[in-house]
Amino acid sequence: MLIAFTLNGAPVSFEIDPAERLLDVLRYRLGLTGTKEGCGEGECGACTVYLDDLPVNACLVLAWQVRGRRVGTVEAIDPAILGPLLEHGATQCGACTPGVVMTACWIRRHVEVLETHTLRELLAGNLCRCTGYDGIVEGVAGMIREAERGAREA
Amino acid sequence: MHRREGLAKLTGRERYVDDLALDGCLWGATVRSPAPRGRITAIRFGPDVDWSQFVIVDHRDLPGPNEVLLIERDQPVLAAGYVRHVHEPVLLLAHPSREVVRRAVRAVEVVVAPDPAVLDFRTPPRAEQIQYGPDNVMKRLRIEKGDVERALARAPVVVEGVYQTGAQEHVYLETQGMAAWLEGDVLVVTGSLQCPYYVLAALKHALGRDETRVRVIQAATGGGFGGKEEFPSHIALHAALLALEAGRPVKLVYDRGEDMAATTKRHPARIRHRTGVARDGRLLAQDIEVVLDGGAYVTLSPVVLSRAIIHAAGPYACEHVRIDGRAVFTNAVPFGAFRGFGAPQTQFANERHMDVVARTLALDPAELRRINLIRDGDTTATGQVIRDGADRVAVLQRALEVSNYRVRREEHAAFNARHRFRRRGMGLATFFHGAGFTGGGEVRLESRAQVAGLPDGRVEVRTANVEMGQGTLTAFAQIVAARLGLSPDEVLIAPADTTRVPNSGPTVASRTVMVVGRLLELAADDLRRRLGLDAAATGERVVAAIRDRGRGHGREIVGEASYRPPPGVAWDDGAYRGDAYGAFAWAAYVAEVEVDLRTWATRVTDFVAVQEVGRVLNPTLARGQVQGGVAQGIGWALMEECQWKDGAMANARLTNYIIPTADDLPPIRVEFLEHPYPHGAQGAKGIGELPIDGPAPAVVNAVAAATGTDPRDIPLTPERLMALAC
Repeated sequence: MLIAFTLNGAPVSFEIDPAERLLDVLRYRLGLTGTKEGCGEGECGACTVYLDDLPVNACLVLAWQVRGRRVGTVEAIDPAILGPLLEHGATQCGACTPGVVMTACWIRRHVEVLETHTLRELLAGNLCRCTGYDGIVEGVAGMIREAERGAREA
Repeated sequence: MHRREGLAKLTGRERYVDDLALDGCLWGATVRSPAPRGRITAIRFGPDVDWSQFVIVDHRDLPGPNEVLLIERDQPVLAAGYVRHVHEPVLLLAHPSREVVRRAVRAVEVVVAPDPAVLDFRTPPRAEQIQYGPDNVMKRLRIEKGDVERALARAPVVVEGVYQTGAQEHVYLETQGMAAWLEGDVLVVTGSLQCPYYVLAALKHALGRDETRVRVIQAATGGGFGGKEEFPSHIALHAALLALEAGRPVKLVYDRGEDMAATTKRHPARIRHRTGVARDGRLLAQDIEVVLDGGAYVTLSPVVLSRAIIHAAGPYACEHVRIDGRAVFTNAVPFGAFRGFGAPQTQFANERHMDVVARTLALDPAELRRINLIRDGDTTATGQVIRDGADRVAVLQRALEVSNYRVRREEHAAFNARHRFRRRGMGLATFFHGAGFTGGGEVRLESRAQVAGLPDGRVEVRTANVEMGQGTLTAFAQIVAARLGLSPDEVLIAPADTTRVPNSGPTVASRTVMVVGRLLELAADDLRRRLGLDAAATGERVVAAIRDRGRGHGREIVGEASYRPPPGVAWDDGAYRGDAYGAFAWAAYVAEVEVDLRTWATRVTDFVAVQEVGRVLNPTLARGQVQGGVAQGIGWALMEECQWKDGAMANARLTNYIIPTADDLPPIRVEFLEHPYPHGAQGAKGIGELPIDGPAPAVVNAVAAATGTDPRDIPLTPERLMALAC
């Protein structure tokens, strides 16, 4: 079947098998390999992408479900805002990292969620086996602080 | 200094094996045994698949011996008529479509006429279950110091206990994967791995190729934890066999379910303690029996057993010690290397047992440990004299201070007395970890490392030690830059490609920075000598000399160093006595927990990790190693349970094999005491494995303190804790 959607701001369309996962379309058809497969069943969050600006697990989304919608991947993230993650040791092996970055950037843009949830709760959908999470939690907190500082100065 | 490849990882640009685009690539898949033991009587290919579209390989297609080269040669590359565990590889398939090949695996039926399998390592085998030697024991090792029986007979108090630890799955976030193709006559294999030269040796052996016709290149590796120490040889051989048969590139990448079900895990263990103590708490005798489940093939079990027993008596001074260890054959999926390598199992038992001893004597657990911790001049169980100047009692004291141990314990007593269903407690563990290969192992590795001066004036580090998340690239750049007075940006790291780097040994055993980092310092010194520079020459002088040498002929100049053991290190492998390791790292961890008596769920509410690891080269990386190890240790202690059914892992998925999330863990508070080790790079000792030895006993001791129960087995799931208490 033919599907059309917006990928990282640009329109795309092509033929897919109706059983194909969004994850496979991104990785194997479009070569956007920044999105990783960790478990294939929505537990680990390594394949986190945005669907209409909400984080979802791309392994649980069938490609046809994104018809006419907006998909965002780690390739569209501005590296300039990731400094605090580097500084605090938020990445080690890197396999969970793009998914963590997608969640982190979403929290950074929706800081109001911190009124009802802790950072650790919000990050619980992204499994990491290397860091013990402290580097990630501190890195995301740092990103938020930098964004707030940027907003005040602007 | 920040992680060198950090930004590439954060932005998703780092290329793991499954991210590589290979022209004309086929996807491989593995058909596996459905039974734990028996003869293969038939292999049936389902009628609904057009098998002519597939490349199919079995054991008859091996050009060389059907053996995966390791300590023993007992494990076949592909089963030849007989299987010894569920999920043993039998047949390989390849097809242009990943989905088609995965579906096709389910259309192949391997028919097995079953023989009696051994599925519990704790029960003595019946005659018809014997499959290894006369009694299914793969390896026996013994440590003896003093006269244990005599000391036990005289001891005023003898405390006994039996402790059990379960299998643990590595759950590196990137699953195992390899790709293979031919470049002319050269077979190229790339993938997720810790030890390029192990894979090279296995390929040479089973494929009958010399090193001019095989090349192994590490791809970015998404976590290893030991799981990518020996196992990648299997999957590399499988990908290579398919690529040779197909004449096209083949990629073989496991999905999570296959990875969890079919690859190695931490050895389950049962450990028995019989300890003689004086009434004042001095250890008089330690009699310890260690049994490991080795699984269906030997893999690395003998060396895991070795490290297990060497660490079994803990960091304590005791004159009379006997440790009997054995690894036994079962028809379980083979167990293998996992961070800690046997030491977490035996130190869980020892540290839990120390709390049982303390309770028997009505002593504070911290005091019992303080009394017995090794002082300089004391000896370990193998008779190794410790005289490293590190202050183990200070490590313990610091952990007690940072965790506010005494005050918090009193607060918990008051809290527990008034709360209806919540119970709080503190637990601690003092422990150690020897870095590098055991005994003469480092000498046998004959590791070599190089620092090359390139014509443009930069230098290149050449080792076979890989980045898998722990920070090798960053640490090596730092070490060489510091030695030569360069900026880390002027130091390149060569890819771990067996045609480009010498064999500096495997990326295991907490040896990378301590052992190989030290070799790089010596290789840098050698480079300086070859440039005709004095030992004080650094920075611009080094760069200028390299450029001068390169000018005109455009040649590089290579400094090299080979491993020499530190002076005075002596190990007797026959008697199992002497200096087991060049250096030990020392630690004291304190856990605070809260248990909900309605659900019996345990939450770790605070964790303090204090360790002495020599000099810390990069605080962010070092802290990350400790926090990650602690998280993995807490998972093993409380939630990570491999459930077995007929020899297979019944919960081989992340939905029901539970690892900690960010929300399951408290901040892990890390402190280092630094006492430089003269034979490690910049004074560093090994750090990677130490942090997984202590969390399980600290947490379980805390649960025991909180609930008044006496847990002996991990994982201490809510179900297991409830069964103890109700």
